[in-house]
Amino acid sequence: MNDPVIRFVDTERTFGDVTALARLSLEMPTNAISVILGPNGAGKTTAMRLITGALPPSGGAVEVFGLTPTSADGEEVRRRCGVVTAKPSLYDRLTGRDNLGYAAELFGLGRGAVAEARIADASARFGIVDALDQQVGGYSTGMKTRLALARSILHDPELLLLDEPTSGLDPESAAAVLELIKAMTADGRSVVLCTHLLSEAEGLADLVVVMEGGRLMVSGRPVELAERHWPKPVVRFTAAGPYELDCMTAWPEVLAYERTANVATVTVTDNAAIPDLVTRLCAGGARLLAVDPYRPTLEDLYFAERRVANERAALEAAAAVVNGTDDGSSPDRGLATVSAP
Amino acid sequence: MRRGRTPEPKTPTDFGRVWTVARTDLKQLVQAKDFLLPLIALGSLFYIVVPTILLLTITQIGSVEVIGRVSEALEALPESAESQIRGTSPQAQTGYALSVFLFAPVAVIVPLTISTAVGAATIVGERERGTGEFLAHSPASTREIYLGKLLASLIPGYITVAVGFGAYSLIVNLIVGPEVGGWFFPTAQWWIMILWVLPPFLAICLSLVLRLSARVSSTAAAQQASGLVSLPLIMVAYSQATGVLFGAGYLPWIVGALAWLGAWRGLRKGMRSVRRDRLLTVASGI
Repeated sequence: MNDPVIRFVDTERTFGDVTALARLSLEMPTNAISVILGPNGAGKTTAMRLITGALPPSGGAVEVFGLTPTSADGEEVRRRCGVVTAKPSLYDRLTGRDNLGYAAELFGLGRGAVAEARIADASARFGIVDALDQQVGGYSTGMKTRLALARSILHDPELLLLDEPTSGLDPESAAAVLELIKAMTADGRSVVLCTHLLSEAEGLADLVVVMEGGRLMVSGRPVELAERHWPKPVVRFTAAGPYELDCMTAWPEVLAYERTANVATVTVTDNAAIPDLVTRLCAGGARLLAVDPYRPTLEDLYFAERRVANERAALEAAAAVVNGTDDGSSPDRGLATVSAP
Repeated sequence: MRRGRTPEPKTPTDFGRVWTVARTDLKQLVQAKDFLLPLIALGSLFYIVVPTILLLTITQIGSVEVIGRVSEALEALPESAESQIRGTSPQAQTGYALSVFLFAPVAVIVPLTISTAVGAATIVGERERGTGEFLAHSPASTREIYLGKLLASLIPGYITVAVGFGAYSLIVNLIVGPEVGGWFFPTAQWWIMILWVLPPFLAICLSLVLRLSARVSSTAAAQQASGLVSLPLIMVAYSQATGVLFGAGYLPWIVGALAWLGAWRGLRKGMRSVRRDRLLTVASGI
């Protein structure tokens, strides 16, 4: 992977007694799409705020472009970032053009022809040209999000930070946003996308970061993470009758077998075994309808990671009880209460 | 000091950005009819409607009862003030005294009230609407944001003074001027009050109000707290203005100078109250 554009080093952020981010150590590469996945309260927004220096860390450090956002370099960091927050944070009493003009001035584009051209370009990209002279208070949620997105790319940022950017968008606009994200990295930029919608990140992420309760559960390239949970090939067999596939459970090439109705998800020793399996099934009278290689989705990955974390937390809690060292302060205690999917 | 409370490192202030923040706030105020109409009504009432009615009653209608009552009140004026009163007839003297001495507090109360109302909502309003998040992620320094907000709060108050003062001058000169031998307003003391007394009190008041606005969690709380803070200041400014107009020697100059010092100190402290994390949404998501 490329050099990191963002580096969290043992970063902590607390709000009173609440730990929003606990000792996060993580690197996000340049010219790549990093997707932070996690439920509400996972620490995604806090991480985003720490990146721009909107929030100072309570401990550890954050580096962006090799600079510290809370130092005198903060202005440069923020100027090189484009941010779309979970709420569009637009000025309702101003027109769309005024909102974009305000951002253009704050980000150093001034009020001249350059700013006007950028405003025209960004608004055209998100299909809001016709609404630019209307007050934002009258915009629909989708239009507000599109305006916020246009504002975020106005100054041509090197790093785009998107916090739930498609919430409230219709499918067409959401697809347009995801296309933009791909286009941004194609242009050599870096993107950090926070979401709890796994489908959104599917096929987009170069790096997946799974967070929960302010803690990093796992991070890595999707392929690597998938290999960690599914190191052997997985194949889905669909047969006409539900029991026609069960004979596979006894075959040595089959490492794991799980059937729902007439579809069996089978882990095999290697890909070379698959033609043999098909031949033997057919010879045994199975009426095969489909044989598909199974590619785990981000959703599978996310739940697999959560399951592992929950199991580990449960084990640690049990060990603490057995050893008599349970003082209720186990750091992973919260994870144990999350029910496995 | 906790790391989370470390003040933002000092960077050179970009005054263009300060003006951008102020201009955007002012543009929103102009768009807000629910704010603009009461502001115009308040200014018109104190600078135009009440003086016109009262001065016309005294100079044109010549109500003996009203003149008698006002004259009795004027007897309580200090000698230095009494000696300044121009005009020969009781109507002229009463009109002059009312114009110069008794409407002075208006020039202080109205701008302080307006600027306080604007200032109280300015920072916490950004948090409540969620727009503070945009500012927090922007390259603008907290100092630039603070100065922009300060300007945006000062300008409506001072515009009201400028416009109201102009209208008031015209009214008193047109109504009372002919009775006292020509245009007489503004007097030297009024210039001192407008240019020396009012600005530092306005600045002190706003430095406190902006600090409150940066700390509280709702506009309503900011308005209430600001009312409590600004009331004693209005009283002090009122007495100071009265002292200037009554010709209380060097005291108003000294108090004015102290007020400028207090304003400078207050604004510097106020600047530290605006922190980037305080601009983030009230119900902050983790």
